[in-house]
Amino acid sequence: MSKQTKLTVSASPHIVSPVTTSSIMFDVIIALLPACFGGVYFFGFRSAVLILCSVLFCVLAEAVYNKLTKKPQTVGDLSAVVTGILLALNVPVTLPIWMLAVGCLFAIIIVKQLFGGLGCNFVNPALAGRAFMLASWAGAMTTFVKPFADISLFFPAADTVSTATPLATLKLGSVEGLSIVSAFFGNTGGCIGETSALLILAGAAYLLIKKVISWRIPVCYLATFALLTFLFGKSQFDWNYTLLSLLTGGLLFGAFFMATDYTTTPSTPRGKLIFGIGCGILTFVIRRFGGYPEGVSYSILLMNVAAPLIEKATVPKVFGEVRAK
Amino acid sequence: MLKTFRGGVHLSDRKEATCHKAIEYSDGCDVHTLYLQQHIGAPLTPCVKRGDHVNYCQKIADSEAYVSVPLHSSVSGTVLAVEDRLNPMGQMASAIIIENDYKFTTDPSIAPYPHVDRMKQEEILKAIREAGIVGMGGAGFPTHVKLSPGKERPIDYLIINGAECEPYLTSDHRVMIEKNEDVLYGSHALMRLLNLNDVYIGIENNKRDAIDVLRSVSSQYKGIHIVPLKTKYPQGSEKQIIYAVCGRKVPPGKLPADIGVLVTNIDTVTQISYALKTGKPLVKRVVTVAGDAVKEAKNLMVPLGMSFEEVFRAAGGFVSPPSKIINGGPMMGFGQFSTDVCVTKGTSALLALTQKEAMFFNETPCINCGRCVEACPMRLMPNILRRAAGERDYETCKKYHILDCFSCGTCSYICPARRHLSQYIRDAKQTIQAQEKAQKAKQQEGGK
Repeated sequence: MSKQTKLTVSASPHIVSPVTTSSIMFDVIIALLPACFGGVYFFGFRSAVLILCSVLFCVLAEAVYNKLTKKPQTVGDLSAVVTGILLALNVPVTLPIWMLAVGCLFAIIIVKQLFGGLGCNFVNPALAGRAFMLASWAGAMTTFVKPFADISLFFPAADTVSTATPLATLKLGSVEGLSIVSAFFGNTGGCIGETSALLILAGAAYLLIKKVISWRIPVCYLATFALLTFLFGKSQFDWNYTLLSLLTGGLLFGAFFMATDYTTTPSTPRGKLIFGIGCGILTFVIRRFGGYPEGVSYSILLMNVAAPLIEKATVPKVFGEVRAK
Repeated sequence: MLKTFRGGVHLSDRKEATCHKAIEYSDGCDVHTLYLQQHIGAPLTPCVKRGDHVNYCQKIADSEAYVSVPLHSSVSGTVLAVEDRLNPMGQMASAIIIENDYKFTTDPSIAPYPHVDRMKQEEILKAIREAGIVGMGGAGFPTHVKLSPGKERPIDYLIINGAECEPYLTSDHRVMIEKNEDVLYGSHALMRLLNLNDVYIGIENNKRDAIDVLRSVSSQYKGIHIVPLKTKYPQGSEKQIIYAVCGRKVPPGKLPADIGVLVTNIDTVTQISYALKTGKPLVKRVVTVAGDAVKEAKNLMVPLGMSFEEVFRAAGGFVSPPSKIINGGPMMGFGQFSTDVCVTKGTSALLALTQKEAMFFNETPCINCGRCVEACPMRLMPNILRRAAGERDYETCKKYHILDCFSCGTCSYICPARRHLSQYIRDAKQTIQAQEKAQKAKQQEGGK
């Protein structure tokens, strides 16, 4: 060998899997696209504007923060894009853009970057951003319009007639005027990305097939919630009511896209099961006994905080180990 | 359902370049360097000196110690020196340097043994030791020691490891096809040695041809079973193959012999067979030469002590400048900074990888995805171990069972954040082991 050839010497292993953090984030973006298009289809062009603005705000916030604090630029990992999309899909189409911008800043700067950036935040940034907006502008965040309403780009609140969401009806223990078919396809009032179960499931299937997420959290979450609702819901032993509770609100979206966030959930297989069950119980309790029709965001946020404890309690048994009782 | 273990990872096996090519034979190079320490155990004393003429297969170093095996000359020729040379572990180690006269004059002491059925068990063990046979998988533990675990640990299950789960490597694969008779005779010898009626040869299912060949000829002997295994890394790891084949779990800190199991590498078995049939010791081995930087990837039977440089030349040299030279497989092998080191009993492969094949990545933040936790074949938590190792928090490392890690590299391979998990864990593990050793020595001193 010629003397000029330089050999790299490093410890094994010498090969790595093609899956990277940014390829995972890219897969999540692809999985969110059906819900995005659904939002635009049902709630009009303004949805697209909100989604794009949200992504822009999030990416800019992270880029500027890194620049100002002289940290390495990390927007290439695409996690800010994912946060942006998630946040936009969780607001009503009539939300003023400046409110969304504040939510994005809160999510990226306060929740994520101040704690050390990707992998260091202890709650899901998009959910925390949404909770922040809900606490700040409860009216604007819960003004829902009927699908296919004509919404002006700049003064959305001026010319809309708000509608009751299916959740508000279910809260009363009634299924009157609610249709499983429209809840499944998404033809009901709600946040931009949460109304169509079909499109959310399409994205979820993609994530499961690509092994980006495991079945553990979403299946445990949904199964626990469904079981509790069926047994102890406002309308007991009612298949129709249980199914509608599953399909409406942010439950499916939360179970597949929010509760599966890696950083804020346990990394152990058994921990994931417990996390999902915990989310299911909390969502049921909030929806059934709380004063608030939705419960997904707060359930997941609460479980996020408990995740490190769950992880510690579910350390797998070493191969071959016989654990002393 | 194919047998396997839980966890692990599906790698692209990259074996296509060499798995269909017959083994080629090399006469070695002009100068052979035989390191004295090619086994785990007591160091050897050379029994030749500078200027001596040595024959092919002549014993050139030995030790009185039980845990050691002798070393034999892989060529015939003149001893040029007995001095320190760079070894594949990056250390200077004493070696016997022999000039090859390419005559391969066999030592007159070499004579075949009778059929194993007519040999006593001690005779078989002695023959294995005298042939200098060590575990060919890379660890280099003397085989005769492994094969005599003692009366208190009776062996009732014998497994021959033909999994060969590392990417690129096909030397065991070719040996199983081309030397199937040796595989069977060697297995038969081990059964006789251990008083067993059955032996199980575990082979990953990506080597269908090897499975078929061995199945078709195994009927000549009684009790030889071929067990196809799922193709998954690290299927060839001792504890994992034991679980896959017989469902037993080796407890942490224990040896397979403690649960009555013994595992040997397939190439060790063929070397045993060869030694018994011909009387010739372990002086050559099959090395897979592969990687995109190599011109003609192939399996080469090389005499021990041939320099890496010459082995690559025998494979047509390099088509592009290699970015990494690896002694062994890409998952557990050792990166080399020089090709001026030589083939040992444990050299299963020499890989010359291009920059594209072996990229070096900087770490990015852990996103806690849990892939490493799901994939770890020992069910450890590499994410937590890496964090603790980085902070030199050795107490946490021990609490999370760092000593059970066997550095298979699965976690580093699968990490999307490119964290150097396996590397940090290995470093911390070595530090902890050194600390414990020092502590023990201190205690013993205090006890005196």
